[in-house]
Amino acid sequence: MSELIDAEVAGRVLSAALANGGDFAEVFAERSAGMTMAIDESRVEAVQAGASAGAGVRVISGATTYFSHVDGLDPADIERAAGEAAAALRAERAEPRSLSAIRTTPLPVEVAPAEVAAERKAELLRELDERARAAGPEIAQFTASYAEVRREVSVANSEGLFSGDDRTRVRIGAQAVARRDGTVETGAETLGAHRGFELFDDDPGSIAADASRKALTLLDAGPAPAGSMPVVVGGGFGGVLFHEMTGHGLEADHIQKGASVYVGKLGEQVAQPLLTAYDDGRLPGEWGSDAIDDEGVPTQKTRVIEDGRLIAFLYDGVTARREGAAPTGNGRRESFRHLPVPRMTNTYIAPGDAEPETMIAEVKRGFYAVSFAGGQVDPATGDFVFGVSEGYLIEGGKVTRPCRGATLIGNCLEALAAIDAVGNDFEIKTGVCGKAGQRVPVGTGQGHVRIQAMTVGGTEV
Amino acid sequence: MIALARQAVEAATAAGASDAEAYAAEDSGREVRVHGGEVESLSAATQRGIGIRAWIGKRVGYAYGTDLSAAGVAALAARAAEAARIADEDEFAGPPFPAEVPLDLNGDTSGNTSEREVALRDPTLGEWAPDRLAELALAIESAALATDSRIAGVEQAVYADSAESVALVSSLGIEGEYSSSSCYGYVQALAEGEDGRETGLGFDLGRGPAALDPATIGREGAERAVAMIGAGKPKSRTCPVVLDPTVAASFIALIGRGLTASAVQRGRSPFAERLGEEVANPVLALHDDGLDPDGFASAPFDAEGVPRRRTALIEASVLRTYLHDTYTANRGDAASTGNASRSGYRSQPAVSASNLIVAPGELSFAELLGDANDGVLITDVAGLHSGVNPVSGVFSVGASGRVIRDGELAEPLREFTIASDLVSMLRAVRAVGADSRWVPFGGSVRTPSLLVGEMTVAGS
Repeated sequence: MSELIDAEVAGRVLSAALANGGDFAEVFAERSAGMTMAIDESRVEAVQAGASAGAGVRVISGATTYFSHVDGLDPADIERAAGEAAAALRAERAEPRSLSAIRTTPLPVEVAPAEVAAERKAELLRELDERARAAGPEIAQFTASYAEVRREVSVANSEGLFSGDDRTRVRIGAQAVARRDGTVETGAETLGAHRGFELFDDDPGSIAADASRKALTLLDAGPAPAGSMPVVVGGGFGGVLFHEMTGHGLEADHIQKGASVYVGKLGEQVAQPLLTAYDDGRLPGEWGSDAIDDEGVPTQKTRVIEDGRLIAFLYDGVTARREGAAPTGNGRRESFRHLPVPRMTNTYIAPGDAEPETMIAEVKRGFYAVSFAGGQVDPATGDFVFGVSEGYLIEGGKVTRPCRGATLIGNCLEALAAIDAVGNDFEIKTGVCGKAGQRVPVGTGQGHVRIQAMTVGGTEV
Repeated sequence: MIALARQAVEAATAAGASDAEAYAAEDSGREVRVHGGEVESLSAATQRGIGIRAWIGKRVGYAYGTDLSAAGVAALAARAAEAARIADEDEFAGPPFPAEVPLDLNGDTSGNTSEREVALRDPTLGEWAPDRLAELALAIESAALATDSRIAGVEQAVYADSAESVALVSSLGIEGEYSSSSCYGYVQALAEGEDGRETGLGFDLGRGPAALDPATIGREGAERAVAMIGAGKPKSRTCPVVLDPTVAASFIALIGRGLTASAVQRGRSPFAERLGEEVANPVLALHDDGLDPDGFASAPFDAEGVPRRRTALIEASVLRTYLHDTYTANRGDAASTGNASRSGYRSQPAVSASNLIVAPGELSFAELLGDANDGVLITDVAGLHSGVNPVSGVFSVGASGRVIRDGELAEPLREFTIASDLVSMLRAVRAVGADSRWVPFGGSVRTPSLLVGEMTVAGS
């Protein structure tokens, strides 16, 4: 693997960073290159190529982090950034340890997207467009996007760590708009992975067909119910529910600031014994996977909930050091322009033993949330909200009709404790998670999950 | 910078582009985060990059990068041309022609095209050393803590600023540059209640730190958090709803997205085919103003060099116009309203609102509550990015706020949703407050509180 900065330059940068003291210094260098394009109105457009390179230097002294970053990988510029980061410190020079390179194995990529002709990517979008429109004349609009990015990173720190990673991700997204008389509905689907163009060997057009199917289904939708009722959440992207309502609250920065409802809950029963959950940054090919985190710590599989008991939080280097915990490989950042913070990788509820059909059959009147448009949580209060993109009414144990405009709303601790069945199906989907102004790729997964009672916010009072 | 942009345009033309445009930007930013009386992080950074748009006939492509050497710019220009070759032809594609009057060079006396003087940069920004900025952020935190004994702490108090210079050159003869600055401060305060913690956001923004009052920011965050202590769920019903300016701004930003001609032309706006129709109650007037001196999105020209201006959107109930850039204007047989925007050199221009401004009314906040009489005040919404269907305008979003009983604020409410659709909501706006403020969530918006006559509230 190519190194973006050599050991000698990294050593000089770290020395410069500690020139006015500090407990820890780090240089993170990155080179990324990508391409995006879209199809809209059956026309390939917004074709865009981007490249950027740069480095971020941070010095930690006590509870304070000093950070500076620079565009470009010129050693002189990076040393200058180190000087800037150190400028506000007033202590005795500290010495970094000598670097010892750690060999890491990046996740495998069979077909580098950059080696694939751009015209082939445009063809892929045209294929999606055809598949979506083949679903019927009521598909009034269709857009799809293609994105590829290769991110090479190198990280070195004053404790002697020197490591790197080479990450390639590809993703396509499809959005269909269906129209009948005055009714307009949308459906969306995505496919992405930490892999190369080989991801698209296996029927990528199915996401376009799925997006169209969702939009068409909603044309027949009635208003969503309003009020408290049992909710069955679908597998795959349904996992965004767990990501939001539990995952964020387990990130150690929220815990240490007292801004999480899971403070003081370690070792306690927070869910029924049928629930076990993980954060796993090592899953081969998954969207949220990397070989190392953005501080050079190898990613790992962390069991966060075991048989309903909360057993682990997710740490970056700063939060781990603060309480003498072992880092969990969750120190992630959007780019060299950002400081790492504790972030999820691929977070999921492990499969249970319930049959999804039975989980629905046991509900007299309730709501079936198959997929979400997204969600949001305030980790401090635990209040969350999710927009349902595909939802149905359950009546007498049967899925009866689609509903539009539903929102699920609740509180993390209550909703987590109210999960009374976990399905034996399982799938992980791709998401882009925002926190502290930074967006990183994450995987969310689960099988079907049933929550005994949750507020559905619709218009049918 | 302008020389760099010129060089990029020449390189793109040499690479086979029939027309080209280069947008070069340099940005220096600082950020201080404090927590528990200590500085948590102090960041400083400079970014420099360029984005090149290349047209080959009716095809367009884009490339951006940070390698600003002559070879780097030439390679980038070649990639932009290459991208254009991949794109399908679009009969409406093409760069804007220069405005008849030369562009205003940031207050330069030669050829001032803006009707009003736009002072976009606070010259004192550089005088604020990091230590002083840290003091400001710490003052925000201590103001929050001092407001009420039930404030248990703050999640974070933050100060951030940015000073940006932009240069734009096109092969059709557009040349312009300007500088601007902006800063903001915010706090997320934590209040300790009987049954858990509550959070409250306080914020303010300006061109430079002197415009921020740390005491006001801190107090707002604390008061919002404390007000939520003991919150319960409302009964599900349909009732009058007052949106405070922060919430109203989030909805106005969404409406602004629906008023872009790109959304309309592509059939993804609830406002499509409603030009000249009644879309709002007459009390609500909305305009876009790319020259408002206090607006964060203000600039002498937009992201493709067309002069910024003021555009009336909704007046006397009627939808007057959509927002256009050059592409949508060509396609819609209209004129650009100077609303091409980009979020930096890494993004290509697209139509979006600049500063959206709701004309203030005459009612005080207390009078608005009195008018609502029996309803709900909304002080926060969540899940806007997932809870709103941008095509139909139908929404259902998470909310928190207070009961309005007999025209007065009563107990706090949380964990409920409000649902309606954007056009119905605009028509149902019954009164507009006088309490306008700038809100930077999801766009740059200045709006007062709005009283919506009827909305579905779903709780228990």
